[in-house]
Amino acid sequence: MILLFYIAATVAVISTLCVILQSNIVHALIYLILSLLAVAVVFYVLGAPFAAVLEAIIYAGAIMVLFLFVMMMLNMGQHSRDQERRWIGVKVWIAPSLMAAVLLAQLLNVLSQYDYELVPVEIGVLEVSALLFGPYVLAVELASILLLAGLVSAYHLAKK
Amino acid sequence: MQTIPIEHGLILAGILFVLGLVGVLTRRNIVFVLMSLEIMLNACGLAFIVASSRWGHADGQVMFLMILTLAAAEVAVGLGLIIQMYRRYHTVDINVLSQMKG
Repeated sequence: MILLFYIAATVAVISTLCVILQSNIVHALIYLILSLLAVAVVFYVLGAPFAAVLEAIIYAGAIMVLFLFVMMMLNMGQHSRDQERRWIGVKVWIAPSLMAAVLLAQLLNVLSQYDYELVPVEIGVLEVSALLFGPYVLAVELASILLLAGLVSAYHLAKK
Repeated sequence: MQTIPIEHGLILAGILFVLGLVGVLTRRNIVFVLMSLEIMLNACGLAFIVASSRWGHADGQVMFLMILTLAAAEVAVGLGLIIQMYRRYHTVDINVLSQMKG
């Protein structure tokens, strides 16, 4: 089980790296789906099967398919791939990567002071839904309003 | 039962978040920027799941569901904006938007 965690984590990091280095947009989307599925495996190992299933269905399924549809609508082709390759020169990467690496090093430094062994206990659908429709019922209602607002504004924005 | 050190989960979330941040900072294609934002939101969700597992409580998973909802709404609106931008400027270069007035 613990081996599964490290394998999935490695896959997630490598495929995310491929996403941000890729010049072909469809290939980047496929790598992103792979990364999300690897994170879903990590969720499962950490004892959150409901979150893992939702990650696979909603993130890797619905959201990525939405991206793919928009890519097909825009239909950018070879020309954009060449342009993209010109945009991602080495020079662009140096400063942001260095700054982000500094931040990551600080974060790792802080995190390394923790010393706690996690024993993954499965927290299933029952506990989550008991919370969702108990103390968090207002948040669920607000989420539905947020989704409705997203639907209306996406319809309005994408209209001709 | 084998155990996982909690910092390894948090380090994974941190690495994914920083990769997404680098993507947001460096890419000029707005679709890649939106994808990197997705990576960052996903890393936040991972941190919440790790915390939920740490305390053995389902609250973190509820928060993950909220992040999922937020990501879905954000992607719908963002992709609508991208389509509108492509119609007006025939490009996905975010530098074009710096000339926007009003």
